[in-house]
Amino acid sequence: MDMNEIKEIFFQECEEQLAELESGLLRLNDGDRDPETVNAVFRAVHSIKGGAGAFGLDDLVSFAHVFETTLDCVRSNKLEPTQDVLKVMLKSADVLADLTNCARDGGSVDEARSKQLIRELEALAHGTPLPGAAEAPVAKAAAKPAAAKSAPAATAPAPASPAPNDQGFVPVAFSFDDFGDEAAVDPVAMSTFEISFKPNADLYRKGNEATLLLRDLSRLGEMSIHCDMDSLPSLDGLNPEDAYFSWKISLRTDKGEDAIRGVFEFAEWDCELEVAERAEGEQPDAIEGEAPMQAVPFDLSILDEEPEHPLGVVEEEEQIAAGEREATVTALETASNVLNLASAAAKAADAKQAPANAASAQQAAAAGQTIRVDLDRVDRLINLVGELVINQAMLSQSVIENDTNGTSSINMGLEELQQLTREIQDSVMAIRAQPVKPVFQRMARTVREIADITGKSVRLITEGENTEVDKTVIDKLAEPLTHMIRNAVDHGLEMPEKRVALGKNPEGTVRLTAKHRSGRIIIELADDGAGINRERVRQKAIDNDLIAADANLSDEEIDNLIFHAGFSTAEKVSDLSGRGVGMDVVKRSIQALGGRINISSKPGQGSVFTMSLPLTLAVLDGMVVTVASQTLVVPLTAIVETLQPDAASIHSFGATQRLISIRNSFCPLVDVGRILNFRATQANPVEGVALLVESEGGGQRALMVDAIQGQRQVVIKSLEANYTHVPGIAAATILGDGRVALILDVDAVVAASRGQPLRLESALAAVG
Amino acid sequence: MKKKVLTVDDSRTIRNMLLVTLNNAGFETIQAEDGIEGLEVLEDCNPDVIVTDINMPRLDGFGFIEGVRRNEKYRAIPILVLTTESDAEKKNRARQAGATGWIVKPFDPTKLIDAIERVTA
Repeated sequence: MDMNEIKEIFFQECEEQLAELESGLLRLNDGDRDPETVNAVFRAVHSIKGGAGAFGLDDLVSFAHVFETTLDCVRSNKLEPTQDVLKVMLKSADVLADLTNCARDGGSVDEARSKQLIRELEALAHGTPLPGAAEAPVAKAAAKPAAAKSAPAATAPAPASPAPNDQGFVPVAFSFDDFGDEAAVDPVAMSTFEISFKPNADLYRKGNEATLLLRDLSRLGEMSIHCDMDSLPSLDGLNPEDAYFSWKISLRTDKGEDAIRGVFEFAEWDCELEVAERAEGEQPDAIEGEAPMQAVPFDLSILDEEPEHPLGVVEEEEQIAAGEREATVTALETASNVLNLASAAAKAADAKQAPANAASAQQAAAAGQTIRVDLDRVDRLINLVGELVINQAMLSQSVIENDTNGTSSINMGLEELQQLTREIQDSVMAIRAQPVKPVFQRMARTVREIADITGKSVRLITEGENTEVDKTVIDKLAEPLTHMIRNAVDHGLEMPEKRVALGKNPEGTVRLTAKHRSGRIIIELADDGAGINRERVRQKAIDNDLIAADANLSDEEIDNLIFHAGFSTAEKVSDLSGRGVGMDVVKRSIQALGGRINISSKPGQGSVFTMSLPLTLAVLDGMVVTVASQTLVVPLTAIVETLQPDAASIHSFGATQRLISIRNSFCPLVDVGRILNFRATQANPVEGVALLVESEGGGQRALMVDAIQGQRQVVIKSLEANYTHVPGIAAATILGDGRVALILDVDAVVAASRGQPLRLESALAAVG
Repeated sequence: MKKKVLTVDDSRTIRNMLLVTLNNAGFETIQAEDGIEGLEVLEDCNPDVIVTDINMPRLDGFGFIEGVRRNEKYRAIPILVLTTESDAEKKNRARQAGATGWIVKPFDPTKLIDAIERVTA
């Protein structure tokens, strides 16, 4: 993995965090005061900032920082998340998203907007008299030099390597004299420091280690060291967890006092530390009274039990004479015999390594994780499974045709195969299923922006955002939905003053709902605006030659006229929604997904757009029927019941229409063969089968077909992709015998059967 | 033998960066996504040093550090806090909880390795 891949991961993560951020803010907006919600929001911004910092995305970092600071005020209850505050934050979330996209794809952001929001965020953070928020950036700046101080240690010789945990403190003098020229440094900057270091027990409790601090100190220059063990009690009075030693160190270095203090960066709170620069030539005063031990030359490499160091062994130590090394070791052993006692206990050392456990630990870490898979791979798998389903059906069919006794083990095996295939298919489809949440969240932003531009006050309510649907459907849903939302806010909702005058809440409501219904996903977009102005729509349709001036249309039919291509009420065109894209485009994109869209509107109360979409674009449960010796597939979800009409239940209605009476109600009878022009005259209903279907508009129709062949799951092959759109036909499939069968578009057939004048009929057929 | 590092961070980006940086520097790396998982993993992996974030869901860095220090076996293990929270108050809270040292984000590989070197033998 290289940095570019990690960067890609970062942007993926940003998307998730931004979604988290927005949904959290919206929850807060709805009055959620759960601290965890605030924390999650804070974490989202914090994470983005952290990653952005690592990639040097400065614009993103600085905006995220200001945002985070303000959120921290909310988190620490210094700032009340009122609607006004949240409004700023939601806008800031949008800018953060823009900055992220900009960092990924290039391009520019609206700088004026982001600067404005930075000011607003800062005002929020500073508006409160509490200092915490304002201090954060200062503290951050102050921390930088401290980090820089530690840098020299990294470049210094690094002779250390994993010492055993029970390696004790080593109270011997350090001397780098033996390194000769290699230790040579610019004498001009050289000075000698006297350091007094007395750790508290807390230092060890926090996992710091005096030995390591002294080691790091020794890397700064020439060092001699004296350990003061005066406070060491006798063995029976010894508390192994207490700190008894202190050190006096004389260090000759050119690195300066800051570097010395830098070594103790992590330890300075838990020790007494004095650093004093001594004038050159002055005698060290380190040894006072009885020295417990002679200073001996010390070579750090004796700490190395294993020669290979993760960062590479520094070669210098190897040059030290073997004899000297032996002497050092002897001296050290004596010293450490006593000291090991204390330090071994202090380390609480159970240093037994358990490498075998590592694998299981990593497995545990992996549990409950998700993997990210290239979508192409999933699609390939889905295609292959589709082929498998077809192949399995063909195999079954040829076995049935060739095997007359029907009880052979082949048949049993085939049934199991069929079930397995089905399960594989379901599981594969589930991989592509995603909640509609991300799309809904994007709509929240759309609403905010349009509300801003139009000066309307809008509240978006989303429901069922965890409803899952195929990813392809989700991806293609965003555009039509955006357009519809724009329409709803721009055209549907009235201006606040007008709403007040009408006795409505000045704040308009747009409700976006997703739910599953009989194997499809239903997405509803409802506004509480003015509803459709039917007079105007009708007039427009007449003007545009879409309907005859005397056409008798139901309210529903007038409403649906707005989906007609080229239909646009010119008076309504505005900057926002009148971009030359009409509702017909929305309709077409929904249809391309195998979906349908409908509108129902109540004057003064608002409009409801209902979209019905398939959960997947890959398979379909269908009823295979015969119509005029053609094989057709009717989606099972559309069929309410099937019945065999008898002559008594068939009634004529007008010249061509026929009705079927079902349990004391009449239902129009539609001959599929006639509608699709498979035959010139209507078939005799008594010789066929009626499929009672319910269309999206709610009306029932009885579709006449000649015979039912059976039920089957079929793999959908797009007709548009391979041929062209055919009215009344949704798609095609390949049957078990290898023949192509057309899949009926029930709603289109129902719409076409309404018996309106031809011109309207064709218009509505396209409308579906 | 390779030194073993346990990293605890909820950000996938940072986890990957830690993994690459530590592996390149010759460490064995074990990763957890939050404090709870960190404590679970800790039991088996026996690390030489722990690097943890502060802001995490479920159990934050402070709680995690306290949890580690309560464990007899790991009371003295070096714990480095990896966080953008560089202000003194947070640093202090981490220290109170038992952190050994800290690494200030933005993430810098040299700083990370340097800090690990400083607290491990």
